[in-house]
Amino acid sequence: MAVSQLVGAKIHRREDPRLITGHGHYIDDFTRQGTAYAAFVRSPVAHARVKSIDVTDASKAPGVVGVYTARDFKGQLAGTHPAAPAFVAEKKYVPERFPIAEKEVTYQGEIVAVVLAESKGQAADAANMIQVDYDELPAVMDLEKALAKGAPKAHEAGPDNVCWDFTYTPLDLTEAAFKEADVVVKERILQNRLAPVPMEPRGVLADYEGFDKKLTMWLSSQNPHFIRLFVSGALGLKESQVRVISPDVGGGFGSKISPYPEDYLVPALSRMIARPVKWIETRTESIQNATHGRGQFYDCEVAAKKDGTLLAMRVVQYVDVGAYHGTFGAFQPVACLMAGGGYKWKGISARTIGVLTNRVPTDPYRGAGRPEATHLVERMVDLVALELKMDPVDIRKKNFIQPQDFPFTQNFGLVVDSGDYEKSLDKALQLAGYAELRKKQADLRKQGRYLGIGLSTWIELCGFGPSAATAPATGGIALVESAQVRVTPTGAVIVYTGTHSHGQGHETTFSQIVADQLGVPLDSVELRHGDTAEGTSFGYGTYGSRSLAVGGVAISKAVGKVIDKGKKLAAHIFEAAEEDVVFEHGSFHVKGSPDKSKAFGEVAFASYGMGLPEGMEQGLEAVAYFDPPNLVWPFGAHVAVVEIDAETGSAKLEKYVAVDDCGNIINPMIVDGQIHGGVVQAIAQALYEEVVYDESNGQLKTGTMIDYLVPSAGEIPPFILDKTITPSPTNDLGVKGIGEAGTIAASVAVINAICDALSPLGIKHVDMPATPDKLWHMMKEARK
Amino acid sequence: MKHKVAVTVNGHKHEHEVEPRLLLVHYLRDVVGLTGTHIGCDTSQCGACTIHVDGKAVKSCTMFAVQADGRSLTTIEGMAKGDELHPIQQAFWDEHGLQCGYCTPGFIMAAAYLLEQNPNPTEDEIRKGLEGNLCRCTGYVNIVKAVQTAAKTMSGTTAGKTQVAAGGN
Ligand code: FES
Ligand code: FES
Repeated sequence: MAVSQLVGAKIHRREDPRLITGHGHYIDDFTRQGTAYAAFVRSPVAHARVKSIDVTDASKAPGVVGVYTARDFKGQLAGTHPAAPAFVAEKKYVPERFPIAEKEVTYQGEIVAVVLAESKGQAADAANMIQVDYDELPAVMDLEKALAKGAPKAHEAGPDNVCWDFTYTPLDLTEAAFKEADVVVKERILQNRLAPVPMEPRGVLADYEGFDKKLTMWLSSQNPHFIRLFVSGALGLKESQVRVISPDVGGGFGSKISPYPEDYLVPALSRMIARPVKWIETRTESIQNATHGRGQFYDCEVAAKKDGTLLAMRVVQYVDVGAYHGTFGAFQPVACLMAGGGYKWKGISARTIGVLTNRVPTDPYRGAGRPEATHLVERMVDLVALELKMDPVDIRKKNFIQPQDFPFTQNFGLVVDSGDYEKSLDKALQLAGYAELRKKQADLRKQGRYLGIGLSTWIELCGFGPSAATAPATGGIALVESAQVRVTPTGAVIVYTGTHSHGQGHETTFSQIVADQLGVPLDSVELRHGDTAEGTSFGYGTYGSRSLAVGGVAISKAVGKVIDKGKKLAAHIFEAAEEDVVFEHGSFHVKGSPDKSKAFGEVAFASYGMGLPEGMEQGLEAVAYFDPPNLVWPFGAHVAVVEIDAETGSAKLEKYVAVDDCGNIINPMIVDGQIHGGVVQAIAQALYEEVVYDESNGQLKTGTMIDYLVPSAGEIPPFILDKTITPSPTNDLGVKGIGEAGTIAASVAVINAICDALSPLGIKHVDMPATPDKLWHMMKEARK
Repeated sequence: MKHKVAVTVNGHKHEHEVEPRLLLVHYLRDVVGLTGTHIGCDTSQCGACTIHVDGKAVKSCTMFAVQADGRSLTTIEGMAKGDELHPIQQAFWDEHGLQCGYCTPGFIMAAAYLLEQNPNPTEDEIRKGLEGNLCRCTGYVNIVKAVQTAAKTMSGTTAGKTQVAAGGN
């Protein structure tokens, strides 16, 4: 195989042969001898006092090993669920969360009891026999009502429902700018609550071996090392006593980052009964209990000049925190810090309010905070354009941060490392045929048809992240990344990374980087991850589009260390000075005499032998951590074309163009795949998906895939994709993240197209999901 | 009370005593030990559990194991012939038709039946034909492409199968 050509090439994925033949290993594919199966009893009501739990019948049911309630876990599980500071340094009230409720349940689905039995069926049967007597309390649902004085509380013991109320930049900061404005537009923008719905639900298998005092747990996680940290702490074990294995993971989208109640209860039960215990989530349990995303609204005002110059923005974010603070739930306020998008502003005032409700907690979901920011700013910019009768393209171009402005310090002090926003917009407009589309739109309007064109010129911050920013956000652990590279005597290369793929194809892309750098064939490189017993002492997981931009760079650094040692050894073998040794195309040679050369494998073999240079130890391996100097800043431009059926209100996507810039590309096939998936998730938010609760009592109305509308192939149009490439100056590989870009960009492209289509009716703003029913009613109302 | 079920799975005969309420998908995974067939929902929406029953695509969570008595079943594990991938498997690999891979066995089984019924489907027919399967990762773009590619290979309009080694291109 040719060397030095893997990076940038469409390389077939190495993980696929097992996955396309049915030989993947997902959590439910693991079994242990003597396993007991767990079934959880969950609260059917959103908010209640638990008066009593009667387990008599269940305990006697066939196959039952034991029935457990909160009391049984006293002394087994310490502490409460962790809540990271994230982007909100000060919290008002963070309710304590124990993995199993004792006296009060605060969302539908909260665990009150658990049954262990010899089979799944027996566990489920017995769980149905448990009688729980609830004394129902009012369910706190509406965010504004929840903030009113004297409102019912989501937790009886809480002071009120304010989890946080944090002002990043005060209102008076923008006062002058609003005074000089020619126009001010105002809007309330909703972010529908979403269920992440990875196709593989969660699950835990735990085996505590009492004599060794060691716990092994398998779970479907994006973040195995953090799970080890949290679970060992809760069970009173050292991290060295706990091994967490996250095998093939069937999607995560953020919902498999944070620890869950079951992640503590299942291993605790294994220790209590001295047997392996397994639990696999059902889909309904998943939609009901896995953390939700979004669930916010924004009150926003923008001030601008007559000529379209944007002046200032004021934004207040209301976050539906849910019944408890999700571990990384306060990540969502990053939307405030990104609210300015790719534009220049004199000032932005921003405040975030986290409200406790009786719904399942929210936490990061693909894009987390950045889709909300894009949706907000791109919507507001369109509203200004509409007010000024400007073309949405022109207002964007007028206000973009320009290529010569980078590195650009934006309003919240974040430094945008690079960009060329106009270039990607021009490319997208050309691919979409923008001018012709506007003509077509004018023609169709004459026929009473509603065609709309929507833009989204998105920017993103990702690649978490610099230690200075992330250590305070997690409460101490900086989100750097670790890598270990081990070279065996015969020159095989084993690479360990602290990230963990759940569909992103790291086994392929990371190996591409290593094989190129070492000049060895791809199949000499093996990538391992997802097992805390292997590799470096800590890994940071996969989320926030960080794996390549932080983890990939760490790997590259570790490989660099291996090459450095190889050079020292080769110099010794050649009896040459180290500075005179070069390494290229997989071999070491002395500068100017390429005949004097040793292949990488030969040097690897020699490193395990005798006669090494003085002071050099045997072996060829290295560990590296990468603490990036900044975040990375992908960007792009999307164009959506939508026609709305005047009779039915249904919005049909006619065309979708995405031009994205993620810097240097390791594997273009995988990059495109990430964009496809991300865009569809955002289209789904714009048109179909919403977690709906009964507002009167907190009953989940969308608990199955029948009511929660994950789109199928039939709903999705083909896409036109293209790229611009602006390498990131933040890391040596020049890479940025791409995992969330599609989701960050697309919802507002679709909604802007819908608003554009309906603008002749005087409709300015439409909230998500833009269902046929909603649009039909809005159109009917507008025609009156 | 247990019932006898005798089935052929991927050409091998199996006989077991099972509870009448045991779903076929659980039988395949937990009793026969073939874990390539996945479970993604409890309302027969997702299609991750799709297999062939007497040559027809069926969501194996919609049948009891006892209903399969006497039938011939094919699961994802039965699609490749030794090391030689089924053209649809090959096409999913070539076209990056999978990311996390959880939905993939179901899609491959559904696509195999679709192409048997309609060897030259249009893009629209593929999209409509696969509406019973959900994928959260790929946005369906490359799944549709994979089925188109497989259709071509299977109808012999492209020259033979490409041999692609892991990591080759
Ligand atoms: S498991 Fe979802 S359709 Fe069968
Ligand atoms: S590849 Fe992940 S669900 Fe389809």
